[in-house]
Amino acid sequence: VSRKATRWGQLALCAALLAVPWFGSTFYTELAAKALVLSIFAMSLDLLVGISGLISFGHAAYFGVAAYAVAWLTPRFAPASLWIALPAATALAGLCALAIGSLALRTRGIYFIMVTLALAQMVYFVFHDTGIGGGSDGIYVNFRPDASLFGFKPFDLRDGRHLYYFIAVLALLTYLMLAQMLRSPFGRALMGIRGNEHRMQSLGYPTFRYKLAAFTLAGALAGVAGFLYAVLYGFVTPELMAWHQSGNVLLMVILGGMGTLIGAVMGALAFVGMQELFSNLTKHWQLMMGAVIVLAVIGLPGGIAQLPTRIRRALAPDGNRAAGDE
Amino acid sequence: MDTASLLIQVLNAVQYGLLLFLVASGLTLVFGIMGIINLAHGSFYMLGAYLAFVLTRATGSVLLAIALGVPLALAFGAALEWLLFARLYRRDHLEQVLLTYGLILIFEELRSLAVGDDVHAVPVPAVLSGSIALNATLSYPVYRIAISVVCLAIAAGLYLLIGRTRLGMMIRAGSHDRDMVQSLGIDIDVLYRIVFALGVALAALAGMLASPISSVFPGMGSQVLIVSFVVVVVGGIGSVWGAFLASLLVGFADTFGKVLLPEFAGLVVYGVMATALLVRPEGLFGKRTGA
Repeated sequence: VSRKATRWGQLALCAALLAVPWFGSTFYTELAAKALVLSIFAMSLDLLVGISGLISFGHAAYFGVAAYAVAWLTPRFAPASLWIALPAATALAGLCALAIGSLALRTRGIYFIMVTLALAQMVYFVFHDTGIGGGSDGIYVNFRPDASLFGFKPFDLRDGRHLYYFIAVLALLTYLMLAQMLRSPFGRALMGIRGNEHRMQSLGYPTFRYKLAAFTLAGALAGVAGFLYAVLYGFVTPELMAWHQSGNVLLMVILGGMGTLIGAVMGALAFVGMQELFSNLTKHWQLMMGAVIVLAVIGLPGGIAQLPTRIRRALAPDGNRAAGDE
Repeated sequence: MDTASLLIQVLNAVQYGLLLFLVASGLTLVFGIMGIINLAHGSFYMLGAYLAFVLTRATGSVLLAIALGVPLALAFGAALEWLLFARLYRRDHLEQVLLTYGLILIFEELRSLAVGDDVHAVPVPAVLSGSIALNATLSYPVYRIAISVVCLAIAAGLYLLIGRTRLGMMIRAGSHDRDMVQSLGIDIDVLYRIVFALGVALAALAGMLASPISSVFPGMGSQVLIVSFVVVVVGGIGSVWGAFLASLLVGFADTFGKVLLPEFAGLVVYGVMATALLVRPEGLFGKRTGA
């Protein structure tokens, strides 16, 4: 399995995803759309977990807040404008991340995991217990946002295919933006902080600000995913920001392999696939999901993205393997 | 608020805080000594409560159920450590988070398969079912006082165990330097197994004690887990004494939050945590580290 083969694999994956609305039923188109939305969500978390070394267990909060923004911005009997709703939802999620991040980033390591979880849970309770989001029942979003711009309508999100490609384009843009950022000085600095924060500090980097910027950006991108989720399903509930959602997206990132972006996408696809497969088999599908997680941690460190390398290592003659490991 | 109803709220706060301490102390010990973040800790509380429900139905007595349940929880904890957690010591926090997250899903579904998803009530033991009159109209149930007494006794026992016994000495040493303890001829694997089993048993006991007053319901594990995280963050990780004080603080904040600010009852506890983080990010009672 060479690098070239991996590249071809990625292209094949892209082609397959683009072909879904033409060959799949409405059901599978919606499923693939969900997988793409979750890919954006997972890539945004990969920026924190895989690239900056910040294990956030509260990422669903920003996803959920942006989803609620769609519900708030949609008038009762008319659609909201896409060009206002999307930036507004993204900005709101980013602001929430800025506020929570400036508090949570005062801690590190295991504290950080617990604090992000607890603060996200606080956001959950705000939506669950108070009236601002319709309480535990949630809100229906009756109209998908309208894409008209100065009287010109480039596409119509009420059409399933249009919505699918809109989501696919945003997923691709997210990937390209993050991949470009990884090569930028900002991305390099984040990776440096993951490796050795003290050294980065002594080199003069204001590491807190770098981490906060990454946290805010990740929250805003999670907001893009939350926005799309609300548009896709037309319904928002506090469960969108429940901690299981944060656990699931962390699972996608780790399952796929951290810090590679494409791993996060594969993790999201694998997660949606498994969820679909298991829930068709039994009502207690979470049991199988849990078993897969436990076995993956025990048996597959490095995630799916490491599989080709592991297979290559396993197939290689012993002499080569020793050389490759050094 | 008159004196009697204030007293009731204070007693409730103390009782809730002490129960929380049973859960949080296990969490903080397992992290402080073994370096493991265990998201499944709340599941042990849930399993304890359901165990109390099942055993009470079988034996007819809550007290008998608790007496049977605690050794079962100890054995379960030791088995789980041997089977899974022993593999996690040298892994990073991320893998610990993921594995224990998977365990939550497994425990919840097994519970759903075995007992179903209904809410169940557990009867208060007959001996403790009375209440003490505070004034002409208000009285306080004996069972809640009994819970506080049991929890205080356990807290004192834990304090003596860690501070005054040979095992406690080994536990303290093990949290400080694993390799050194091992090279002194102490079997650290056995030590870890004991600590982990103890943590599981404490959480399960808290669930059993709580079952007659809070009823038994599916989401109870994650609820208590997140509040325990708040306790551990406020108290400082690894500090049992810090967990004790923070538990009481959270108990009071939650109880009086519900009375004084019912609209924001769910948020008060997190407000306490946010404030603690602003003042002292390393926990109010934790050791200050260089970082």
